[in-house]
Parts: sequence; C-alpha cells; structure tokens
Amino acid sequence: MPLEARGIGFRYESGQWVLRGVDIKLEPGEIVGLTGPSGLGKTTLARILAGYERPLEGNVELDGNPLPATGYNPVQLVFQHPEKAVNPRWRMCDILTEGWEPNDDLLTSLSIEKGWFSRWPNELSGGELQRFCLARALGPQTRYLIADEITAMLDAITQAQIWHVVLDLVHKRNLGVLVISHDGPLLKRLCNRVTELKSEMG
Amino acid sequence: MSNQTAVSQNTSTTIPEASTGGTMMPLLDVRDLSVSFVQYTGGLQMRFLTVITSLSLTVRPGEILAVVGSSGSGKSLLAHAILGILPNNARISGTMLYVNEDLTPERQMSLRGREIALVPQSVNFLDPLMRVGFQVRSAAHGSEAAKAQRRVFDRYHLADQVKGLFPFQLSGGMARRVLVATATISDARLVIADEPTPGLHPAVVKETLNHLRELADEDRAVMLITHDIEAALTIADRIAVFYAGTTVEIALVADFTDNGEALRHPYSKALWRALAKNEFVATPGAQPSPDALPPGCLFQPNCKIATPECASVRPKERELRGGMVRCIHAA
Amino acid sequence: MSYTDTTINQSHISQLPRLNRRQITVLVMAIAAALLLGVVIGGFLLSNEKLMTNFEERSLSPSIEHPFGTDWLGRDMFARSLKGLTVSLGVGMLASTVSVFFALTLGLAAATMGRTVDGAVTWLVDIFLGLPHIVVLILIAFAMGGGTRGVIIAVAITHWPSLARVIRAEVLQLRTSEYVQLSRRLGRSRWWIATRHLLPHLVPQLLVGLVLLFPHAILHEAAITFLGFGLSPHQPAVGVILSESMRHLSTGQWWLALFPGLSLLVMVRAFDALGDNLRLLIDPHTAQE
Repeated sequence: MPLEARGIGFRYESGQWVLRGVDIKLEPGEIVGLTGPSGLGKTTLARILAGYERPLEGNVELDGNPLPATGYNPVQLVFQHPEKAVNPRWRMCDILTEGWEPNDDLLTSLSIEKGWFSRWPNELSGGELQRFCLARALGPQTRYLIADEITAMLDAITQAQIWHVVLDLVHKRNLGVLVISHDGPLLKRLCNRVTELKSEMG
Repeated sequence: MSNQTAVSQNTSTTIPEASTGGTMMPLLDVRDLSVSFVQYTGGLQMRFLTVITSLSLTVRPGEILAVVGSSGSGKSLLAHAILGILPNNARISGTMLYVNEDLTPERQMSLRGREIALVPQSVNFLDPLMRVGFQVRSAAHGSEAAKAQRRVFDRYHLADQVKGLFPFQLSGGMARRVLVATATISDARLVIADEPTPGLHPAVVKETLNHLRELADEDRAVMLITHDIEAALTIADRIAVFYAGTTVEIALVADFTDNGEALRHPYSKALWRALAKNEFVATPGAQPSPDALPPGCLFQPNCKIATPECASVRPKERELRGGMVRCIHAA
Repeated sequence: MSYTDTTINQSHISQLPRLNRRQITVLVMAIAAALLLGVVIGGFLLSNEKLMTNFEERSLSPSIEHPFGTDWLGRDMFARSLKGLTVSLGVGMLASTVSVFFALTLGLAAATMGRTVDGAVTWLVDIFLGLPHIVVLILIAFAMGGGTRGVIIAVAITHWPSLARVIRAEVLQLRTSEYVQLSRRLGRSRWWIATRHLLPHLVPQLLVGLVLLFPHAILHEAAITFLGFGLSPHQPAVGVILSESMRHLSTGQWWLALFPGLSLLVMVRAFDALGDNLRLLIDPHTAQE
C-alpha cells in the first residue's frame, strides 16, 4: 500500500538537474518529514509525488501502480502560498467543494466559519485560506497528503490547529503524510522519521 | 513655516543627545492608530474594513521591537502607515510621532528612504530591470553614493560583481543581504523590516536577523514585523503581540518562558503554548473578520476567561509589569 | 513640547470631491451610453429631407436652425454628421467584434496548441505590431476592393494582435497556475476547467478588449475613408464628410470640417476612456483606487 518514488531525476528544459537519484517511500499512517536547504528541489519532488510533474528518470508508484492520469488523485498536494492555490474569481464555497463536499466535523475542527463561504479569496487572511485548501485536499479518496511548507507563513495557533486536524486523520484514516518544512521543532513534534534531501546531483 | 520647522528640529535633536545613557526617549511613538479601508465587493456595493484598531507602540534607539502576528492580519499595513504609503482608499486616525514630532504626510515623504527605511519581504520590491548596484546606490542620496555602496557591500559580504546583477539573479541569501544593504546605506535611524525572512532556510533567517541586531546595536531603532515568534525571540528586546489589528500586549522577551505564565494577555499565552517546541496546543477559533469586529475585546469570542463585561467594552491599554496589556483580567 | 500631540488626519485629502475608479467608470459609462443612444436614435429618427440638397440654403454658417451649418449643396451638416456617425458606429462595431473573435481564436490557439502554433501566432503578432497600421489598412482595404466589406475586414485584420497577445499570456499563466493544475488532480476534466476556471478570467478581458478596440476601429475607418480607400463617397460617413470638406476649407467654411471632426473625436474619446477605466478595474492592482 505504499507511495514509493524510485530513482527520481528531474530538470527543466535542458538546464541543470534539479533532482537526481532520489528515493522516498511513504507508508499509510506514517508521517515523514523532508528537510534540506532551499533550492534543492523539495518543492519539485512534492510536485512529482503528487503527479503535477512527470519525472525524467525513475518512477512514482502507488500500491505498485503508476499514479492515475485522470480522476481524483489519491495523493494530494497542499502548497505553501494558499492565495496562489485558489481561483481569485471564485467564492470560497465553490473553492471548498471543487473536489468533494467536506462535512461539518472537518470544517469545525479547522475552525472554518460558515460566514466565510460567500467571501472572495482576497477577503480572507492567509491562515483562513490555508484551512480551506487543506479541507479541499482531504477528500475521502485522499490516502497521501504532501504538505509543502503549508504552515510556514502562519501564526503558531493556526499552525497547531491545522496540524492537529492532520494528525487526527492520520490516526482515523491511516493517512500517510509527507511534511516538507524548515521548522525543526515542528518536524520533531509531528514526524515518525525525518529525511534530509542532500545535494547529490550530477 | 520654514522658521518653525527649523526651531523644532533644533529642540528635538538636542534631546536625544542629552538623554543618551539615561532612559531613552522613543524615536517612534504610535498612539491609538487606526486604519480602515472602504472597499468595493461587487458592482457599487461597498464595505468598511477596520484593519488596525487603536494600536499603540513605541520604538527606541538601540532596541528591536518585534511586532508578531499572523500573516494577512494587517501587520504590513502598520509599516505602510508609518511610511505613509497606504493606498488611496485608506482612512487613518490617531497619532504618530517621530522624534517627538508629528509625522505628517509631508514629513513622511521627506523622511522615507532617508531617516526611515524599509527592509521589504522580497526582491519583488526592487526594480526588476535595474542592476542591483545602481538601486542600492540610488538609495544613498549623496555625492559619494558609489563609495557608500561599496562600503555596505563590503559590510554584508557581497562580492563586487553582485552590483552588476539583476534582482532575479540573486540567490535567497544574497537577496536578503541586498535588501538590508539598501535599507542601511542611507544611515536610517529607524529601520522597519516587514517579514524579512519569509519561508527561508534557518541559516539565512539567522543571518538576516543578526544583521538587524547589528543595526540596533549601532543605536538605530528597529521594528521587526513577523509571523515567526521564535525568530523574533532570538533577537528582539520587546515583543508586541498583534491580534486582529491591535497590539494586545507588549512584553519583554524574558516573559516568553516556561508555560507562559509571565505573559499578560490570554492570546499571547495561547500563542506561546501553541508552539511546536512547547505544548503544541491548538486553541479553537479564528481571528475576527475586519468588516465585523466585535464591539468589546477583540479576543473575547475565542477567550476562555471572558466575562460578560469583555463582550461589551473594548479594554483600554494599561501598564503592567514593565509591559502593556489590553485585558481587564490581566494581573 | 506642547504642540506635539496633534493628530494625523489624512481625511482632508479624501474630503475633496475626488471620484474613485468605480465612480469615474460609471460616469464615463453613462456618457458613452448617452452618446451612443443619442447617435443611434437620432440617426434613426432623421428624416431624409434634411439630408437632401437645398440650394436656397447653401453654405450657411452655424445657426440655431442649422447648428453645424450647411454645405455647398445646402445639406444640413448636423444631420450629415449624425448619419455619418451611425455609419461609423456600425462599421466600428462589426469590425471590432470580428477583431475580438480573431484575437480570441489566435490567442487560445497559441496558448494551447503547442510550440509550433504558438511560434507562428507570436510571429504574426510581431509582424502586425511592427508594420505601420495605416499602410496595412490601406493595402488590405484596397485589395478587398474598398467599400464597407473591405473596410470591416481591413480594420478587423489589423486590430487583433495586441488583444491576442493579452489572451495568450492570460491563458498561459492560468494553465500553469496552481489552482488549475490542482483542479486536474481533484478529478476535474479539461472541459470543466476551461469553462469554470479559464472563462471567468477571459470574459472581462474580452469585453474590455472590445470596448478599447471600438474607438480605434471607428478612427481607422474614418482615416482610410478620408484617404479614399474606404467607404464609397455616396455614404455619408464621417471620413467622406471630412474628405469632401477639405476642398471647401479654403473658402472659409470652417464649420464643414470642425463639427463632424469634433463629434467623431468626442465619441472616440468617450469609448477610449471607458475601455481604459474598465481595464484598470479588472486589474486587482488598480481596482480599489
């Protein structure tokens, strides 16, 4: 049942290799931290794991099969900047329900208020938007969550709220999570193990 | 007019000299600042947003005051209000004093970039089509701009070739150093750093924060606006806790210890306890929306110790244990 | 230090009767709509009698009866200008609509159909933007054999490039945006994404493009007609009127060119201002000014 990436290599056009020979494996119910200096391709790896980008070398497999090209992807990615991950011309309720209809329990645990539904994205703060983005990604078919610095720009209370919801789902649904972060104490608090992405390119 | 300003400048410059060493007079004194916006929501429908509500703080020479609050909560607008670069649809009220003198729009314009400098969030604030060296030099306002630029480049370990680069060619750490260099070349007395370390690697964060500390140690006043309380605690002298557009507490860095009992406001305590390195407690609830602020205490809807009085009257700021708090229950 | 405690109050700036972007746009929109309605209704109600020659009232300077004066054949210049404007408006409207259609098709093709198509469209855009407008207009109009059809096609063919470029850029940016890519991962189809995510961004661009192209189309129609490559001299288009009056200007009949020219200018300026303000309104950076 794992999400497994083997020998991943990636570069844009014919530029330098961003990633080369990267292996990473996630089991259900496991929280793995990924850290390492900026510019070493952590975000690119996240995009590859969630099927946003096709690796030039190596492959990503879910339960031994390639990721589905169409339909709801069981591997969902949440981005660092929520304001870029929502259509500015959509109301919040449409953004929230694009993939599935989140139930009230989830909304309450994320402190998402019903009053925000009729609002436009530019009327909410980063922390409020990120709650919507997380709820949107946590549909019943989601089995792995790739969290790319999702709380790096948020205050400590919102961070704690968001991570408690994720931890809860890890226990309830056996969700597997990859946490990409620079925040040492956070990784220590959340993760079963932490991998460091090193520059072993070329 | 010119006579008057000349006189007042004289009086104001003598005071800090006389008082160096003793209790320092604040360089910047913000009292009861409120900022609101009229915004169109669709068609000709308007709504009224109060993004900063009776905010008060002071920054003294030689210290770093960190303003800590969540992103998108209006902290940047505080910086913009001080610099006088708020958009046209903003309404502003309250008092802002710089060296004990009213900070009028005219004064803001003449001080901006000279005595008051901004370290922005990203290189997007630089002109993308202008070489870095030229931009740093143009902030110097002097005949010896080139010399000054070489001096700050030396100071921040920027190689001479860097001046020929365009902003997009800078690496993360280099970009930070260029931004700090641009802010300091003019010998500003007040440096406002607006979220200077957004999602950066810890080493770069540490380096940038150290540069700010150095600036404060040279007797400049530094105001650090950030969402990252842990980063702020490593270099600041005092922390202003920003919530829903106001400062609910101004605490000493030493107050952030153990389980936060030394803190004054229930929000600051919750914030401290929410840190991953502490208890990682998630207090439920979100900040009130700027178009529907509660009539009483702004934190009351989420506060565990709130009483009926909290819901009706907005608490006044008061001195407490060498800091400031806006909570009637604080002791 | 008794004077230190004065309050900062910037509200004196806002107390001036300065209109914000929305109010200006509504005002300009009202003016443009009034002009448009006035010309259309006026042109419709106009009796042909006024356009007829009347040799008893030749070459009269402006008066209450003939606010724009009369020409050398005794025709009322106000009536002729009005009629001319309706012709111009019709031609302009058709030409700019066709132009927007070109821009949309080519912009979308460039952004979605791969590198070869993109390269070809970008090359075409550069060529058209690089060549002097009026020369191309004349060549195309001439090649099409002049007349209304020729003018419409010529104006349409020369005016699409800048809008096509905007649409191409917008679609390219949307396609790589996080929320569009994410929509695919949430199981949404390409068609669903095109109609729900892309369209709401393109419709305002197209509308603004249309409003901005409209005055250009009118102006260029008048220009090539004036130069004799456009509408036939039998139609009372503004370009025809201006071209004819040139021959009589030396006799001191200034009103023959001034008023029709001015009314064209006012019309063009009103729609230009409307388009500009709409453009600023759909741009989030300037929307709240």
